[in-house]
Amino acid sequence: MTRYSAFNLLRQGFAGQTGWGAAWRDPTPKQRYDAIIIGGGGHGLATAYYLAKLHGMTKVAVLERGWIGGGNTGRNTTIVRSNYFFPESAALYDLALRLYEGLSQDINYNIMLSQRGVVQIAHSEHQMELMARSVNAMLINGIDVELLSADDVHREVPLLNRDPAARYPIHGGFVQRRAGIARHDAVAWGYARAANALGVDIIQNCEVTSFQKRDGRVVGVETNRGAIEAGVVGLTVAGHSGVLAAKAGFKLPIQSYALQAMVSEPVKPVLDTVILSGATGIYCSQSDKGELVFGAGLDLYPSYAQRGGLPTGQTIVAALLDMMPAFRSLKLLRQWAGIVDVCWDYSPLIGPSPVEGLYLNCGWGTGGFKAIPGGGWLLAHILATGRHHPISAPFDLHRFTSGRLIDEAAGAGIAH
Amino acid sequence: MLLLPCPHCGLRDEPEFSFGGEPAIRPVPASAVDDATWADYVYLRSNEKGPHREVWCHSGGCGQWFVLTRDTATHAVITP
Repeated sequence: MTRYSAFNLLRQGFAGQTGWGAAWRDPTPKQRYDAIIIGGGGHGLATAYYLAKLHGMTKVAVLERGWIGGGNTGRNTTIVRSNYFFPESAALYDLALRLYEGLSQDINYNIMLSQRGVVQIAHSEHQMELMARSVNAMLINGIDVELLSADDVHREVPLLNRDPAARYPIHGGFVQRRAGIARHDAVAWGYARAANALGVDIIQNCEVTSFQKRDGRVVGVETNRGAIEAGVVGLTVAGHSGVLAAKAGFKLPIQSYALQAMVSEPVKPVLDTVILSGATGIYCSQSDKGELVFGAGLDLYPSYAQRGGLPTGQTIVAALLDMMPAFRSLKLLRQWAGIVDVCWDYSPLIGPSPVEGLYLNCGWGTGGFKAIPGGGWLLAHILATGRHHPISAPFDLHRFTSGRLIDEAAGAGIAH
Repeated sequence: MLLLPCPHCGLRDEPEFSFGGEPAIRPVPASAVDDATWADYVYLRSNEKGPHREVWCHSGGCGQWFVLTRDTATHAVITP
């Protein structure tokens, strides 16, 4: 693998860009691996990378039904932040954000992390009071947030509707300045390239059809490319978690929904931060290409269709235009949806599954992208050691029996 | 846009309806049920890809609750 550097860029410039080579191999599956990761999205690839890098496990395979990063990793709105309410969530999402901050150097791949801040907006005095409470909780949890007055918000985002008679008038907000956006495909490709360089096999077009069990323990998988034995198996398939869980013989506290997003035609720079509104559900940023990237609430019925319905789509556009009237003249370029695995408390599931030998990293719902480095880092720890990390322990499946839920319905920042 | 069959009003548009979850039977008496059984009833879902039995309410219309089978991969209503 050729290292990406200024020197190699110059050299390849003289060589007509012919010497780069493939970023990852296309291996045929071996008969046995120490660890198999099902699902080649961000979380799966990150898990494989940290297994190899931090735990010395290099006989690792990532099995992907389609192509890597083709699911939710390639369908999200690329926002990264850690402004969650509960201490457990703050520790989890801030681990991910801190790893994101060093990721481009770590994996020698520019993920184009842009810490342009995320401004969350309040539309009434009551929301302002609750927001102040949230901000205080986040500050205690060590997250860098600042409460903003209405004037502050308008200084941060001049395009926001200032009309006091607006349907959603602006009363203030808060900002996390370390938050921002990253290039989503680059996260998948970068982790894949780095994991491959450490010996991980990334096997695409390989669908797991069933699990091999011995004495109740998962010891391998059957795929459309043959049987593969495994020491341990990690499950990172997001929206399809329930489908794979059924194959392994258990149910999860998860319902899968379609979450849609869209982009406008590209325009010159008009929005240099990310805006988010709990009341309208909207979140919007401007990509480096100039497109406005935005989305809002779920289509509120179970779906595996990877497309959103028109009623929810209209609500999303209406919410954006109410807050940013200047966008009224823009045309929509694309609209799509990803299938998100939503837990009842809007927090993820990390840890052992009910079947021995099979471990979960799922239930991220609408917020999986921001957590990729953290989710992978923690699942790698669990697969390598067989034990929870202190950060992942509160997110064990057992919380749904004990009742110790971590309810981040508000922190998820999206209308459910 | 889903077009759903309300047993009282006939085919109506999606925004008139609310999704009510998978049908489940509450274990009774609740005081005699162990935690795992209760968690199964409250939280665990089959979450099937394909034909899926689900409860809907015509909340923006007549208020009728009803069960239907819908394909979650194609959104086609299979049996009203």
